[in-house]
Amino acid sequence: MKLRFTHDHEWLRLEETGEITVGITNFAQEALGDVVFVQLPDLSSFEAGAEVVVLESVKAASNITMPIAAEIVAVNPAVSEEPELVNASPMDSGWFFRIRPHDKSAFNQLMDQDGYEQYLAENS
Amino acid sequence: MTSESLKRTPLHDLHVELGARMVPFAGYEMPVQYPLGVMKEHLHTREQAGLFDVSHMGQIRLHGKGASAALESLVPVDIQDLPVGMQRYALFTNEHGGILDDLMVANAGDHLFVVVNAACKEQDLAHLRLYLEGQCEVEELFESRALLALQGPLAAQALGRLAPAVTEMTFMQSRAVEIIGISCYVSRSGYTGEDGYEISVPVEQANELARALLAQPEVKAIGLGARDSLRLEAGLCLYGHDMTSSLTPIEASLVWAISKARRIDGIRAGGFPGASHIFAQQKEGVSKKRVGLLPLERIPVREGVVIYSEEGSIIGQVSSGGFGPTLGAPVAMGYVESAFAALDSVVYADVRGKHIPMRVTKTPFVPQRYYRG
Repeated sequence: MKLRFTHDHEWLRLEETGEITVGITNFAQEALGDVVFVQLPDLSSFEAGAEVVVLESVKAASNITMPIAAEIVAVNPAVSEEPELVNASPMDSGWFFRIRPHDKSAFNQLMDQDGYEQYLAENS
Repeated sequence: MTSESLKRTPLHDLHVELGARMVPFAGYEMPVQYPLGVMKEHLHTREQAGLFDVSHMGQIRLHGKGASAALESLVPVDIQDLPVGMQRYALFTNEHGGILDDLMVANAGDHLFVVVNAACKEQDLAHLRLYLEGQCEVEELFESRALLALQGPLAAQALGRLAPAVTEMTFMQSRAVEIIGISCYVSRSGYTGEDGYEISVPVEQANELARALLAQPEVKAIGLGARDSLRLEAGLCLYGHDMTSSLTPIEASLVWAISKARRIDGIRAGGFPGASHIFAQQKEGVSKKRVGLLPLERIPVREGVVIYSEEGSIIGQVSSGGFGPTLGAPVAMGYVESAFAALDSVVYADVRGKHIPMRVTKTPFVPQRYYRG
């Protein structure tokens, strides 16, 4: 399984279909606190950095941005219905959306697991 | 503010030991949540009992025969007839009738015991010293006493195990109580809508008391995050948000807090700052007022969000809002033009460009469960 990470604490998992699933890391869900509302994006194309998901925790609102330029091909309706999945299962059933990247090489340019763990150690 | 300039309560090390996330609040480093998290801390308080460190709040004693009459000159509340062992909610008003702070006043027999908000305490102390000079002695306890709140339906069971006398008390009663050998001053009140106590304790013994309370099976440590969602569901105002110096008790829908004796037809009518403005507003009505708001979608509507009418004109602003874990839905309060303040009116919040309908609703959103005997 190929996993990549962003500096904004998103994870990206390359599926066998070539599509990429996106969610937030355990570090991110702990920092956010209890998630009570998730607003998912429309199925369309976005540039890297576009704000695509709104997350509301008990304390505050925050955004999930597009990790790489891509088309969103699926969203996870379960997290809208049960926002607590983001806290309970951030790396699995708490995923947000699935993308088809505009440029396949963008995925490999992101941090791998070791790189992300080093980034966490340096920034917390 | 840098962390070096933040003050710490006597329970700081205990919070860190319990794994709290510490944040700056009113000049103090305070626990916003523990590892349990805001949601579960909130629900635990509603189901069992939560312990809150509120030592950042200001505790003040007023000594001397003239204390009741003197304090009455600053609040629209009956202090002179406050029985020994009873506490009352009060507001400091300014000459325009605006709210300077809200406070609790207890008659402790040989003195009045006052608790004010953390962010206002220096200003309140100066206010008391300026206006009460020569009438009574003002003794601040900011560095000498800590304040703990034990809140929830099992608070009486938990505290009663350490000090049986507290179970006889009813809502808003207060008295000196010895708890595990520590001289405390206890009131049966709080800021969650639940039964519970606020316990004033000497700072030297605050840790021992907090640890003894946390050792009770019903009790968990609860942070400021849940304190805010609990008070919001209970429809209780937060100073600096739902009440400010430019809002009067009438606009803030706090008419109930003005004692009968101090109203326009009362036995000691007026005699507090801004009385004429407040009486005029009562007679003529106000242009805006505070209401409870229930967003009709799952999205939280937070402080500062602008409120619109169905026609699209701006009619107000949200003063507090968030998610209510007990309701399982967002809750808010805010100020709207009086024409839209009637119960069941539907108004609209603009959240990131999306118009969310909200229903004007009576507060509390969750029934208050005070122990009245």
